[in-house]
Amino acid sequence: MATDILMPALSPTMEEGKLSKWLKKEGDAIKSGDVLAEIETDKATMEVEAIDEGTLAKILVAEGTEGVAVNTPIAIIAGEGEDVAAAAAGGASSKPNGADTGGQRAPTPTMQAEGMASGPSATAKTGDDKPAAPAAPATITNKAAEPVMEEFPAGTEMVTMTVREALRDAMAEEMRRDEDVFVMGEEVAEYQGAYKVTQNLLQEFGARRVVDTPITEHGFAGIGVGAALSGLKPIVEFMTFNFAMQAIDHIINSAAKTLYMSGGQLGCPIVFRGPNGAAARVGAQHSHDYAAWYSNVPGLKVIAPYTASDAKGLLKAAIRDPNPVIFLENEILYGQTFPVPKLDDFVLPIGKARIHRTGKDVTIVSFAIGMTYALKAAQILADQGIEAEVIDLRTIRPMDTETVLASVKKTGRCVTVEEGFPQSGIGAEISARLMVDAFDYLDAPVLRVTGKDVPMPYAANLEKLALPNVAEVVEAAKAVCYR
Amino acid sequence: MDAAKDAGQPNPAAETPEAVAAEHQPAPNAPQFTREEDLHAYHQMLLIRRFEEKAGQLYGMGLIGGFCHLYIGQEAVVIGMQMASVDGDQVITGYRDHGHMLACGMDPKGVMAELTGRRGGYSRGKGGSMHMFSREKQFFGGHGIVGAQVSLGTGLGFADAYRKNGKVSLTYMGDGAANQGQVYESFNMAQLWKLPVVYVIENNRYAMGTSVARASAQTDFSRRGISFGIPGEQVDGMDVRTVREAAGRAIAHARTGEGPYILEMQTYRYRGHSMSDPAKYRTKDEVSKMRDEHDPIEMVRKRLIELHGVAEAELKATDAKVRETVNDAAEFATHDPEPDPSELWTDILLEARA
Repeated sequence: MATDILMPALSPTMEEGKLSKWLKKEGDAIKSGDVLAEIETDKATMEVEAIDEGTLAKILVAEGTEGVAVNTPIAIIAGEGEDVAAAAAGGASSKPNGADTGGQRAPTPTMQAEGMASGPSATAKTGDDKPAAPAAPATITNKAAEPVMEEFPAGTEMVTMTVREALRDAMAEEMRRDEDVFVMGEEVAEYQGAYKVTQNLLQEFGARRVVDTPITEHGFAGIGVGAALSGLKPIVEFMTFNFAMQAIDHIINSAAKTLYMSGGQLGCPIVFRGPNGAAARVGAQHSHDYAAWYSNVPGLKVIAPYTASDAKGLLKAAIRDPNPVIFLENEILYGQTFPVPKLDDFVLPIGKARIHRTGKDVTIVSFAIGMTYALKAAQILADQGIEAEVIDLRTIRPMDTETVLASVKKTGRCVTVEEGFPQSGIGAEISARLMVDAFDYLDAPVLRVTGKDVPMPYAANLEKLALPNVAEVVEAAKAVCYR
Repeated sequence: MDAAKDAGQPNPAAETPEAVAAEHQPAPNAPQFTREEDLHAYHQMLLIRRFEEKAGQLYGMGLIGGFCHLYIGQEAVVIGMQMASVDGDQVITGYRDHGHMLACGMDPKGVMAELTGRRGGYSRGKGGSMHMFSREKQFFGGHGIVGAQVSLGTGLGFADAYRKNGKVSLTYMGDGAANQGQVYESFNMAQLWKLPVVYVIENNRYAMGTSVARASAQTDFSRRGISFGIPGEQVDGMDVRTVREAAGRAIAHARTGEGPYILEMQTYRYRGHSMSDPAKYRTKDEVSKMRDEHDPIEMVRKRLIELHGVAEAELKATDAKVRETVNDAAEFATHDPEPDPSELWTDILLEARA
């Protein structure tokens, strides 16, 4: 029986990759364990090994093809004694198997067909309420959702890049500009970054300024803060902000408070950055959203960008800022592409929200990956005649209450969206501020769409339930509009 | 006794007054100081002693609030270290920090006014006893979280190495902090990257009220860097001469790119952990024995008279001068106004430069 070889996933968050090389050609005999092909993403490379024996009947995806969706059939293998030509012709109905190396079960042929028809967003892995395919996020494909508050001159040339590349470029530009800037953390140098955010920085700046640390967050965060108190400008990368809990004493007690405790003598120009919040299927200890935690602390600035453009402009601003800055990234957003202005020195102001989409009926406030739910919901609401105004906070602390307030005074209704927990969350903070400052303008109570009040489960279905989704945002928006 | 230490067994004998005192016998072949060096050490240590006594008084009068950890008894450690360091070397310590600030040359008025929470204090009254800093004197605090200053001090050394400026970070901790996890994370990175850091473990025998033997499996703190290959030595921390000599070795090691060095300073705190200390964990006898037989200042005073032939009158003049300095500081600290209420909202964030 003929077998389809499927495009494997290198990680739970991978949605597509490049088929860089075929190591076997059509007609070759295949043994179990043979390396058939090499695939790569911007994060890593991997070999595709054969599980079944037989003959490589047909190559379906030519080498060099970019953007091959996970689970796309890339080749057909004819079983022993099977007619190769027939197998090659009848591949679509054959049993998918073989190249599933990412630990995921290969989907059934039916699911596969659905996935092929409507793109990765309809696969079991991503679900219909998850972010859109990286190449086509709502902001780019949907004209109505174009950012309405641009921060660069009209006519500026735009380049498309991933959030990952934007972050890397921001660090490289600042390191070129200022000798005191250096980056330290686990796997930032020789490994090229656990999530490839620091790719090639070692090659350009050397081991003095791109410093691999042992896996000792408490210690190296303290060393980073000490170096900052002495006047250097460290960028401390945490492999995830979950691990920064080991270091949170230095972030809060040493970095955030020393300026005040020293009567203004000792500033701490440091950036703590890394992925925050849930990725996909990584369990409770690797999925925590810390936006609300750090936003509680005077002496810190907290940034959580959504687009690549904001990631670049705000990380550059964070590195230049003389204060400790928490820069919350998101693993799922790393691979998503956005237009970024091609400017020599694109720096954005910290503490300014952006109206990502205008509307008059309801204000949806979100940040970081929460924006993906907010923007999709806004599109669905538009189809139902409700015009939502979507605000991307971008900076959590100091929070741009004025932009939110102005919008809510116009719409009279507000929904907040975040992946963090409900109690004492960002939505709770916004609600409290609106109650005081926009009480007379509100036509409905502010509703919060948040992660559920449970530790993040591992099972795919439970994780999906634990996270916010587009339907919840739509429902909340309709509820505050009494629709 | 060494065998017991090697086996990681607490040594109960170490807690008797005799054993405590026995470990503080001045080294028979202690390095000698010149007349000027002894005079300098005497003056500096006496300043700390009198300052701390005054702080204790002001605390008792309710003029100093919160926590107040006195350095009385340990003066030889920081003075000996400072005598071996050069301008530009950084100093960082925990919360028992008044002595370190005075030793760094910080103004006693500014330190005392911070203790009383006044606007003329080093942190404009916003830091308190445990949180004072001076960029000018390269004093980086003053830290209230036990052990945190060790990672921070290692970071100061990291910055020195990064800048290749030839400076050394003198990172102090107590015997209690020496059991903290981040200390060992820092030791590892300091040795891995050959950072110019001298770790000074001030073993005053008690972490609050818990004796070293009751809290530490390895009571020889000079050995705490062995698994990282960091050299260490035990030093009589009551004799300013042995302190300076060991400090010279350690600082030279760090400054020449050989990496970190550990000095265990065997010292003793006469007063309680803080002002609210029940003093139930050690005997009065133990304390008085140390004071009478091993006082770091008395030892120098005796040398000045007997060895250097300094007249009593000259020492009395020094005493008077120190008292005047301390009284002036107390006078300033009790009459300087409290911070303006508007200070509540300043120094939270720095303005970004355009």
